[in-house]
Amino acid sequence: MAKLSYLDAIRDALFVAMEQDDDVFVLGEDVGKKGGVFKVTEGLQEKFGEMRVLDTPLAESNIVGTSVGAAMMGKRPVAEIQFAEYILPAVNQILNEAAKVRYRSDNDWNAPMVIRAPFGGGIHGALYHSQSIESIFVSTPGLKVVVPSTPADAKGLLMAAIKDNDPVLFFEHKKAYRLLKGEVPEGDYTIPLGKADVKREGDDITVITYGLCVNYAIQAAEQLANDGYQAEILDLRTLYPLDKEAIIKAASKTGKVLLITEDNLEGSLISEVSAIIGENCLYDLDAPIMRLAGPDVPSMPYAPPMEDYFMMNPEKIYNKMLELSEY
Amino acid sequence: MTEITMPKLGESVTEGTIENWLVKVGDHVSEYDPICEVNTAKVTAEVPSVHDGVITEILVEEGKTVEVGVPIYKIEVDGGAAEPEVKEEEVETAAVKDDEPVKQNKPAVKKQSGDRRLSPVVMRLIGEHNINIDELHGTGFNGRITKKDVEKYLADGPSEQPAQKAAASTPAPEKAAPAATASVKSGESIKVSGVRKEIARRMVQSSTEIPHAWLMMEVDATNMVNLRNKHKARFKEQEGYNLTFFSFFVKAVSEVLKDYPILNSSWDDDTITVHDDINLSIAVANEDKLFVPVIKNADERSLTGIAKSISTLANKARSNKLTGDDMAGGTFTVNNTGAFGSVQSMGIINQPQVAILQVESIVRKPVFIGDMLASRHMVNLCLSIDHRVLDGLVAGQFLKAVKEKIENLDPDADSVY
Repeated sequence: MAKLSYLDAIRDALFVAMEQDDDVFVLGEDVGKKGGVFKVTEGLQEKFGEMRVLDTPLAESNIVGTSVGAAMMGKRPVAEIQFAEYILPAVNQILNEAAKVRYRSDNDWNAPMVIRAPFGGGIHGALYHSQSIESIFVSTPGLKVVVPSTPADAKGLLMAAIKDNDPVLFFEHKKAYRLLKGEVPEGDYTIPLGKADVKREGDDITVITYGLCVNYAIQAAEQLANDGYQAEILDLRTLYPLDKEAIIKAASKTGKVLLITEDNLEGSLISEVSAIIGENCLYDLDAPIMRLAGPDVPSMPYAPPMEDYFMMNPEKIYNKMLELSEY
Repeated sequence: MTEITMPKLGESVTEGTIENWLVKVGDHVSEYDPICEVNTAKVTAEVPSVHDGVITEILVEEGKTVEVGVPIYKIEVDGGAAEPEVKEEEVETAAVKDDEPVKQNKPAVKKQSGDRRLSPVVMRLIGEHNINIDELHGTGFNGRITKKDVEKYLADGPSEQPAQKAAASTPAPEKAAPAATASVKSGESIKVSGVRKEIARRMVQSSTEIPHAWLMMEVDATNMVNLRNKHKARFKEQEGYNLTFFSFFVKAVSEVLKDYPILNSSWDDDTITVHDDINLSIAVANEDKLFVPVIKNADERSLTGIAKSISTLANKARSNKLTGDDMAGGTFTVNNTGAFGSVQSMGIINQPQVAILQVESIVRKPVFIGDMLASRHMVNLCLSIDHRVLDGLVAGQFLKAVKEKIENLDPDADSVY
């Protein structure tokens, strides 16, 4: 097993998938010659040629629309949206076409496609390069939404997403790209979609989160252990559809639940997680469900102190964890 | 010297009976040590000490009932110089309030018996394991009892201190329980506390003190069944609750008691008190508990009013919402044993009452009417009486009068309102 960064693990998944299956191809802005603005697709065009690694115009609806058509004809496109918030012009293609084609055609057609997009803040990207936009997509049946939290998960989940026969949105935390490193299995490696994963065992509190926050929560949990409290950390991995069974199990285990997202608090994914727990775990709860999230302001600011104020970090998580532990 | 008063053990509780002193004059106690067991209509609870010190005087003897706020013992607080005449409104707050003779300049939060609210999981665990909440030590915020505290309690048993004291001072229960024999493989052991303990105490008291006598009459309830069936659907629709058979019996009993007031009395060693009010206790079981809420002035209520009271009280009992008031003042008990299919039973009298009537299942039977065999709805009424107060003659007359009331209902003429 090689030690790879989160970014290298994603590139590795693309390489293996394209080698395995000639129908897999990559398209997006600057993904070819430049290798992507974050260099995720670097070397792909050299290896697989211009016909399988396409530089597209700056038109997201076109990128996704092309992907939907190709996917319906049997290809397995992996589209890249350069920054997650740029996906908005393509939302009609995603929600109205990709997500619904199987249902609308009574199973005659389907769209096996992946849309990758880097999201999240903490990289001084300001308003248009820091957003979390998953909440737009996590209530559309027909879609799957995946956010990996480790290099190994990034590879395993991306390969599973490419092999999946329906559209998958794959959001990669851009701050995690080079920050997170870990052992990643070589070759063909998949992790089933729709399954959450316990990243740390504990019996005092349960933390449920996803993406980069998983790493932050693990750091905070190590600090919390010095106070004598053990945190269980559940990584959702697939945000839609949610792994309800795992959520209920983890919440019931300790009865004290902290939900974390970097997204704005109101209407975020963790609101739904909270509802699932409220509906199913009342008699196992030992404390109010607590949520830690970004403030309800329009977007992450550029000024470093204001970005810090908005952005999640291990210290904020530790403080909240301690509050819940002592409740 | 500090006077300690009877604590308020719950809402709507105004008095308590000292069941048991766990300390003697001259004993040195530490803060939170159990001092005495107090019994109220709802619970039996241990009253903890709020001071470190020496007991100097016990002001209320065992078995006596005093009002909340009445001094029950005096204590010489360690470090002397304790003076404040503390008015204890509630045990909980008291523990914080008169912490030390020093003035409070730090906020009196943190630790020990502050927040008595229970989270859902704690409530569930306490119910499942029948734990006396007073034995739990809260380590959460403001002394809240956490799930972990309950789990620790279940793993370790009650913290040694109170357990030893209790065992030392109350050896009684041990000899009373020869139940479990060595050869039997035992499963879960259920701690007897709270309401269960109170039920046990009263049942033992009643069945040992009262010479029970028992009689049963078979009643033809066909007319009543027809009358009720005629109205039940519309009644439910209009009133929103059920017109139960039981309501008819309660109504009949309340009327007949007027003619036989001696059954509506109580025994107190050298006096029999006949009550003017006819307050009927009805027994309601709630999983592992038994409650006897009271229909007050049942004789002044219509059948509808009785049906409504029964419905309200039963709902309250099942959702654990009965107050002390709901259960106080009963003068005669009617027990709906038929509800669980019984056809014959011997009730234990609810002291200090002198009789209990068991209404059994209504069963269809072939019955001779004249020379004709007919299919009739029959029901057994079983009456247990306190033979100190009542004799067979009056009990028989009473039961016969109830029987006649039920049999003479007229499905065509009688109204249910």
